[in-house]
Amino acid sequence: MTMDRTCGDPVLVNDWHIIADLTALPHGRIRMARLLGVDLTAKKSETGYTVKRLDTNEPVAATERYGFLWACLGTPERDIVTIPEAAETDRHIISGGSIGVRVSGLRAVENFLDMGHFPFVHTGSLGEEPHTEVQPYKVHLTEGDEVLATECRFFQPAASPTASGGMMVDYVYKVVRPYTVALYKSNPVQPDRLDVIFLFVQPVDEESCIAHPLLCYLKDGIDAAGVRAFMQFIFGQDKPILENQLPKRLPLDARAETPIRADAVSVYYRRWLRDHGVTYGAIPARH
Amino acid sequence: MLDQSRNRWHPIAASHDLAYRHVFHGQLLGREFAVWRADDEYVNIWENRCLHRGVRLSIGINDGRELKCQYHGWRYSNRTAGCTYIPAHPADAPARTITNRTFPAVERYGFIWTAEEPSGEVPEIAALPEGDLLVLRGIPVNAAADRVVEHLKTYRFQPVGALDADGAEVSVEAIGDFSLTLAAREGASATRCVLFVQPVDAARSVIRGVLDKQPEADERIAVLRHHNQRLSALRETIEDAVRGEPAPAPIEPVFERVSAELAEMPQPTPHGRKATLRVEVARKWTAADGIAGFELAPLGGGLPTFQPGAHIDVHMPNGEIRQYSVINGPGESDRFSIGVKREPVSKGGSSCMHETVREGDVLAISEPRNNFPLRRDATKTLLVAGGIGITPLLAMAQALHNQQLAFELHYFARDEAQMAFRDRLDTLGEALRPHLGLDPQATGDTLSALFSDYQDGMHLYLCGPGPMLEAARRVAADRGWPESAVHFEYFKNTNEIDDSSTFEVALARSCLTFQVPAGRTILDMIRENGVDMPSSCEQGACGTCLATVIEGEPDHQDVYLNDTEKRSGTKIMTCVSRARSARLVLDL
Repeated sequence: MTMDRTCGDPVLVNDWHIIADLTALPHGRIRMARLLGVDLTAKKSETGYTVKRLDTNEPVAATERYGFLWACLGTPERDIVTIPEAAETDRHIISGGSIGVRVSGLRAVENFLDMGHFPFVHTGSLGEEPHTEVQPYKVHLTEGDEVLATECRFFQPAASPTASGGMMVDYVYKVVRPYTVALYKSNPVQPDRLDVIFLFVQPVDEESCIAHPLLCYLKDGIDAAGVRAFMQFIFGQDKPILENQLPKRLPLDARAETPIRADAVSVYYRRWLRDHGVTYGAIPARH
Repeated sequence: MLDQSRNRWHPIAASHDLAYRHVFHGQLLGREFAVWRADDEYVNIWENRCLHRGVRLSIGINDGRELKCQYHGWRYSNRTAGCTYIPAHPADAPARTITNRTFPAVERYGFIWTAEEPSGEVPEIAALPEGDLLVLRGIPVNAAADRVVEHLKTYRFQPVGALDADGAEVSVEAIGDFSLTLAAREGASATRCVLFVQPVDAARSVIRGVLDKQPEADERIAVLRHHNQRLSALRETIEDAVRGEPAPAPIEPVFERVSAELAEMPQPTPHGRKATLRVEVARKWTAADGIAGFELAPLGGGLPTFQPGAHIDVHMPNGEIRQYSVINGPGESDRFSIGVKREPVSKGGSSCMHETVREGDVLAISEPRNNFPLRRDATKTLLVAGGIGITPLLAMAQALHNQQLAFELHYFARDEAQMAFRDRLDTLGEALRPHLGLDPQATGDTLSALFSDYQDGMHLYLCGPGPMLEAARRVAADRGWPESAVHFEYFKNTNEIDDSSTFEVALARSCLTFQVPAGRTILDMIRENGVDMPSSCEQGACGTCLATVIEGEPDHQDVYLNDTEKRSGTKIMTCVSRARSARLVLDL
């Protein structure tokens, strides 16, 4: 069974992944977590955090960042993603609430990159019929080996908690790691600045994940609870759709599904996953 | 061991499971289906995943004619399962070949039957008369089908008419791999019960039972309850019996791959002016004064998916070829309906259709092509038809009406008797706005009023006689409609074609260069040089033989491109247009 397969992809094993929101980890209490098919226990104590494998009782690398507990099953080869906006004091830096989804985390990332579903899944907030067109946008690979989609524009009736009325919203999407994606969208109050959402997806196993959104929203006109409520409202709409995708793992074969021009960033993402040898949570391409 | 034969028919739903506008989630041998009945009663059994991103279609919306995916709003047609609309690209007609996998559906004995690759017909059940049967509630069981059949041999029930007694004699009359027939007798009462076991997956089944007679109305509920209780009890017995046994691994369904061309960005398939379909004239009737309606039904098999605005080439018995718009509403996919106006000076096309072609005749037609696609992201759509120009707009109007989008259909005709397809028009309600008996001046004034309040997001579709289209396009431009919001289709190109020039054409991708002499078209020469190129009307009206110009200045002689497109010099209709420059380089 695919659910039991542990991960052999170095790019994932030797990277950091969130395994818990720290607010859900009371002092002294042991918490169970599962990462890449491996059961873990996490414990907070005076000296810091201890994360151990349940099967071998061996400790794994653990650290804290952005209000989350992170673990690495192998040897960390690079640091946790740096988010400059998270250091800006006029922003709320908060978790949007961790949400479990019974689908491959790669599907969750792809959904996060997708504008075409806004009018149908987020009706009345992020999109609304008849405004369904996805205009051409640009996708390229950055020098830092990230997939960047720019000049994304979409009509949104209520793009964020502070938006009043419909407007064309500008988006930039960035896939930073296989299970990490970010979006930058125009702030309705300060149009020259961008609200930032990082989605850190914890691959629980190949067919389920927990999405941990980190929100870096400008404080202007909105409180933290409002930001979080909006995120949960939106993600709650995505969850039932994602859990009805067949197969649950993301197919990397170019002929498994039917891309259209609006999916340029997904096409790029899937190719990029192939190039990076990501197989966990994916169905490999046929040759 | 579970027989996983893909050729065997199984019931996967009761007929009553397919409620009005519902989509039923069916399963057989590990494969899921989206099962839905269209308003025309056709039962669709499809692979339960949208071809785009794999979302289950059983959570989609059945609007009676099409199934709409919940994720991105893709629409799939009743019967053909072809995609008819992709909202993310409202200006494009989706490639016809985006077609979901379908499975055969037969409705018999109160059930919906299917098979992956059936051989033969749905099995004849000797014990069951056609007609008055009572279908029991399906009982799911967590056990393999062969284990269920084994236990069902011990099923005990009372015959209809003797429910209150408890001593019926039950005998097994017939038994197969997935079904058995039981007979219960008590005194004068006797009832046959046929039980089918649907193998849902390796370790899951559904018992689908049917009785050979419909009890009296007052006894019906009691009979249903009787079987429901006893089968449910048997279910628990079976599940207890298999508990602890190693469960067989679930069957992994194999999803077919999409075609290589679709895996890349969709491109139209190149083909010439081919008549690949054979149809029979199933019905011919007078659709209005001087307009004949034709219903064209396929000879065996189905028809390809059409979209509103699409046309077909009809190859006539006298060798003429003409283009006619498909007037069907969404989901009417069992036959194509067209309207043919008798032209006073017919060159042999319309007169042949009116006088020679009769019901029962076989005609050759092309696949539908859509060079007049309908956007469905308009805040409001105006459809303006003149005379027989109603045909593509009628298909559009029915699609917009079905999706409850804001639109008006303005129909200019000489009088009531000249309005074609009245029955279809009447379904449009308030959206239909006839304008009868207007002279050119009054027509112009009416158009001027209609086009007076353009707002961003509105779209206009025009089809009618040349002079009316010219006038309408002029009025729309005067009233501030941008060219990108004005879409039109001419019946024919009335421009005098000047084919006296001589020039050179290079096909960039094919690495070919040739001369186009006076009297020959670019299209002729492309084909003569062995490059396949689709075409349809071949007079610069339909848009099928469009090519992209990389270099050189086109001499436009068509009526398909709008003025902006013509000025841009990047597109050319290869059937009539030529070159002003000595050389043209085309992206072919």
